[in-house]
Amino acid sequence: MADNTNSNEKQLYYRKKHKEEMKHHILTFAMMIAFTLIAFGLVIAEVSALFTIPIILVLAAVQVLFQLYYFMHMNQEGHEMPALMIYSGIFAALLTVLALATIVWW
Amino acid sequence: MSATARKAGFGAALWDYLTTVDHKKIGILYLVAGIFFFILGGLEAMLIRIQLISPNNEFISAQFYNEVLTMHGTTMIFLAAMPLIFALMNAVVPLQIGARDVAFPFVNSLGFWLFFFGGVMLNVSWFVTGAPDAGWTAYAPLSIFSEGHGVDFYAIGLQISGFGTLMGGINFIVTVVNMRAPGMTYMRMPLFTWTAFIASVLILFAFPALTVGLFMLTFDRLFGANFFDPAMGGNAIIWEHLFWIFGHPEVYILILPAFGVFSEVIPTFAKKRLFGYSSMVFATVLIAFLGFMVWAHHMFTVGLGPIANSIFAVATMAIAVPTGIKIFNWLFTLWGGSIRLTSPMVFALGFIPTFTIGGMTGVMLASAAADFQYHDSYFVVAHFHYVIVGGVVLGLFAGIIYWWPKMFGTMLNEKLNHWFFWLFFIGFHLTFFIQHFLGLMGMPRRYWKFLPDQGLDLFNLISTIGAFFMAVGTIVFLYNVIITQVKGVKVSGDPWDARTLEWAIPSPPPFYNFKQEPLVRGLDPLWIEKTEGNGKIQPATPLGDIHMPNNSFVPFMMSLGLFIAGFGVMFQGTYWVLAVIGFGITAGSMLYRSFKDDLGYHVHKEDLEDEKGDGSNG
Ligand code: HEM
Ligand SMILES: [Cu+2]
Repeated sequence: MADNTNSNEKQLYYRKKHKEEMKHHILTFAMMIAFTLIAFGLVIAEVSALFTIPIILVLAAVQVLFQLYYFMHMNQEGHEMPALMIYSGIFAALLTVLALATIVWW
Repeated sequence: MSATARKAGFGAALWDYLTTVDHKKIGILYLVAGIFFFILGGLEAMLIRIQLISPNNEFISAQFYNEVLTMHGTTMIFLAAMPLIFALMNAVVPLQIGARDVAFPFVNSLGFWLFFFGGVMLNVSWFVTGAPDAGWTAYAPLSIFSEGHGVDFYAIGLQISGFGTLMGGINFIVTVVNMRAPGMTYMRMPLFTWTAFIASVLILFAFPALTVGLFMLTFDRLFGANFFDPAMGGNAIIWEHLFWIFGHPEVYILILPAFGVFSEVIPTFAKKRLFGYSSMVFATVLIAFLGFMVWAHHMFTVGLGPIANSIFAVATMAIAVPTGIKIFNWLFTLWGGSIRLTSPMVFALGFIPTFTIGGMTGVMLASAAADFQYHDSYFVVAHFHYVIVGGVVLGLFAGIIYWWPKMFGTMLNEKLNHWFFWLFFIGFHLTFFIQHFLGLMGMPRRYWKFLPDQGLDLFNLISTIGAFFMAVGTIVFLYNVIITQVKGVKVSGDPWDARTLEWAIPSPPPFYNFKQEPLVRGLDPLWIEKTEGNGKIQPATPLGDIHMPNNSFVPFMMSLGLFIAGFGVMFQGTYWVLAVIGFGITAGSMLYRSFKDDLGYHVHKEDLEDEKGDGSNG
């Protein structure tokens, strides 16, 4: 289809795009390592559990999103359906846990 | 292998079905297995009704009654209604979206065999220490203390067939998302495909709750866990929650495809486009969404407290709104249409009022305060049979009759279909309408006996008479199937003068479905071509080689392995060897599958050119 576009132009475009992607990958990778260090650091430093647990959970959630969006390419086009399914699944699971937490265990 | 190659002989045909990965043949497997279990569940229902024909009856023993009652519910839901839904989905969805097969043909076959072996496992229990006897809901602590291995069969059998259902659900999600023909946008998909798609999403999100619950039940019973034992810090209510978090979406998994069938049948035989197509899609999605937040309406009397009860009551009543939208859309489709009273249409017309009554009693049950009176009485039994038989079963039979020509190339005898409908329909209302009043008069459900002179005798007798009508109706249907297949008179690709893509190809379709990918120009693509084109679907791609998957015996072996392992886990001791063998077979099959490159084969362009036209290329 697109053979008739200038191949040089195309190459340049892709090179730029790949470079940007690489930057994102390295950045998120570094942040994920940092997150892990923070999580371990909090535990080693024996910071109060009341503080540590929520922080670790938040860091974990952010890491999952990094994984999905940057490493499993959910930030690219054509992933609307998997995203919809994942979020509906998370919604159903949260609802379940919330209900059980409030009406069974409270 | 050439496109026209045909093996002959019974052994070859059997082997073909044991190894098939063709969605059309898997659809037939689901149909045959589903009808078999439907008959089995129906016989169990007849035993129940004969026991209850008169007060203080001693026709069957109390223990056997419990087993029959439990197996009736379990069989009808998991082994009859579910596979029949999958039968229609397999037979129709790929054709309706212009695909050559489902996304994962191998997984499709695996899903069937897991379901099948799970169903066989459940029924083996009749011959080994007795069938499950704790109700199809298997509430703890009753299910924990139930003696013998009945409930173990329930837990492990359903676990195995549940894996199969999950795989089927995932398969259809991917199929609908990825395999639609050019031009088949989401908002051009026929409603049966839409409802099958949404039901598959419900399967994906609802079945894991059952999986978890069944694992806990298995571990409590077989490995000394205490999830449901309050004395050991467990909690019996968790089972009820898990069961109904699965169970309520499950009823929508069953009813949505039935809605889909009627949304195909009514426009075809009213010769009108479906009224309010987009609101139908919206209502389907909304029902699915709300279906996840109403499960506790089965637990109003458990003692969740007034706030939880109120929230779930309101959420439940909200579902009546999208359901009402659907009912009105069907009525408006009928309005002013030129109606042909074929048998699928008569089923549809019988369905509308029947299902509406079931929905109405549903709203009654949803008012938590009133439910304290109705709960566990025959009123509930009447309610769920109005929705399940009046909705799901009528829908399934309408669908089976409507798509029978597409699946087998023959046409069921219309006269016998009408006989079947009227016997079944009258029998159904005789059996269950009166049970509303039995319930209001205070007759509890699941009781082995009732006492004389409490005003219950006559109504129970009438109810049993109705059940015999339904049984006779079903026999007429089976007779119809047999004579139709024996005569084997072939029909054209489009015997109903229908509107959707599956009717554009021959009946039954060639194994590759569409010679060339069809071009879809709008909703009801075949109707568009009939009214605006030459009546044929135009191809979207030039004729080329077709890539097809190879048959495989591996899915059968994987499922057989789990089946064998189930017995080992259940009986333990020296039987552990069965678990080793069974899991070994399954793991071995999986290894074999992953190491062997199976790239399928190609049907060559030249062979396709020799074949008769399939309609899709003009
Ligand atoms: C031939 C038609 C049928 C008859 C005569 C019939 C009759 C009965 C009877 C008498 C009960 C026992 C009520 C009680 O004491 O609790 C029952 C329960 C039940 N039936 Fe049916 N039934 C029929 C078809 C179906 C179908 C097609 C389905 C599902 C697709 C179904 C699903 C159930 C369920 C889920 C229960 C509850 C079982 C339990 O609570 O353990 N029935 N039926
Ligand atoms: Cu419900």
